[in-house]
Amino acid sequence: MASLRVITPGMLTTIQDLGRWGWQSRGVSVAGPMDPQSHRLANTLAGNGADAATIEITLVGPEVEFDDERIAAVTGADFEVTVDGRAMPINAPFVVGGGAVLQFGRHRRGARAYLAIAGGIAVPPVLNSRSTHLPSAMGGLEGRPLRAGDRLPLEKRGRESFLGASSSRKSGETGLFAGPKMTPVPFSWLPAGHATVRILPGPQLDRFAPEALDVLQSAPYVVDAASNRMGFRLRGPMLRHASDAEMLSDATTLGALQVPAAGHPILLMADRQTTGGYPSIATVISADIGLAGQLAPGDSISFVVATIGEAMAALIAQERALMAFEAGPR
Amino acid sequence: MNAVRIVRAGDAALIVELENRIDPAVNETAVALAKAIQAGALPGVRDVVPTYRSVAIHFEPLRTDYDELRARVEAWCAGDGSVHQSGTRPPYGDPSPVRVPVCYAGAFGPDLADVAAFAEVSEAEAVRLHTSRIYRVFMLGFMPGFPYMGIVDERIAAPRLSTPRARVAAGSVGIAGRQTGIYPISTPGGWRVIGRTPLKPFDLSRREPVLFNPGDAVEFYAIDPGEYARFESTR
Repeated sequence: MASLRVITPGMLTTIQDLGRWGWQSRGVSVAGPMDPQSHRLANTLAGNGADAATIEITLVGPEVEFDDERIAAVTGADFEVTVDGRAMPINAPFVVGGGAVLQFGRHRRGARAYLAIAGGIAVPPVLNSRSTHLPSAMGGLEGRPLRAGDRLPLEKRGRESFLGASSSRKSGETGLFAGPKMTPVPFSWLPAGHATVRILPGPQLDRFAPEALDVLQSAPYVVDAASNRMGFRLRGPMLRHASDAEMLSDATTLGALQVPAAGHPILLMADRQTTGGYPSIATVISADIGLAGQLAPGDSISFVVATIGEAMAALIAQERALMAFEAGPR
Repeated sequence: MNAVRIVRAGDAALIVELENRIDPAVNETAVALAKAIQAGALPGVRDVVPTYRSVAIHFEPLRTDYDELRARVEAWCAGDGSVHQSGTRPPYGDPSPVRVPVCYAGAFGPDLADVAAFAEVSEAEAVRLHTSRIYRVFMLGFMPGFPYMGIVDERIAAPRLSTPRARVAAGSVGIAGRQTGIYPISTPGGWRVIGRTPLKPFDLSRREPVLFNPGDAVEFYAIDPGEYARFESTR
């Protein structure tokens, strides 16, 4: 089986697919990409189905060696990417020759990039998913971030014909994808240190003081250093509870803004626990999760209340853009 | 059924809130509703999670017909309220208790002495109080396979540690107020650890990786360190 060899691992590099759905009633977290939109675009560009596993890269990227020729694509955070020293584009497919080394260089904007490789990463699924969940050490490669010397098995190449389309290129040679011209659709603007995301109030808004939702929107919050794939601890205006901050443990959702007694919200992200004991004042809309996922500690985030209609319209617009793109070059 | 509230939790989840208390009858309704929604197989529904007194339904916003989902929940609540009202329906979890061996001795139960002191009883009496009732698995959460069980005898219902332990061993049996639980994997944790079981609440090498289901009945019984060692070696 063809594989990918990790030469240097980067800061926090994990394997992610759409997530481990179906097991939350047993306490198993979903995990999955922090920026689901960019993850999906990466797969599309590499000719993969939406369920293929990609590599999520955080702030400092890895260096990997390919042992066979593959189409690859990098999306999400803006990094300098080279293959055997030649610059490759972001958000567009390119060909990596057998034996070539793909290297992430300088990081310019955003926090998380996705490297998709034609076929996808073929680590064995755990409970039907290849996503790495770090707190429970489940999925991915032994449930942990990648390390130097790791070998990642690759699925058989997805669209052989896709590669064949680039007839102007000699086999085994690295280069731009020379098939039909593909123009990527940017559907999540990369934050430059700050992002504004839309929220829907609730589900436990009634447990907060009447002014709390206005306070939440009054000023940006800073993503604290003690943030990770489970969630972002946010520093900013304090949110007051109506009475008690503790509640019976309830189910959590992706994007929920949980508020412990001290009044500082925590934005629940991909590796969140399935249940939690703090009330949530609001929930980030699905269309803006990827944008939040592009934030790093020290960046700031602002919240603005939207309607369910706006949330759905934003999601539909993203879906249209992706589907048009998946349907083929224009 | 009274006091049911259906709320959106963002655009990809709906939460059905029942009465806000730890109560087997309320939880019975949550577990039954979760099963009914799961069985309904509405397109796009990804996860149905019963908790003490609520059910969260996670769905794909562009695939699931929210109005249809909500209508189904409402219809179920209108039709099956009797589960909650009269308690005449059979329990949905396994009716025969899962028997869980626990070694309460020494290093296996570092907080047993504190719990006994909290209860103002001997350690043996604290163990007797923990093993003398049948608990209900109200929900799973926190980590894979972690069962939230109750209701613990008021006398030994010691609060969480003020500072969580950096590492709680896998299999540790803990108390947090009127809840009792089992840590499936080694992790930081704040529950008062009174013993350890050789059973594994979560084991990916089993065909059924999760030992407990919401609604199950569980009974603890005391074993000594020798029996604990034999359990470990016979697996």
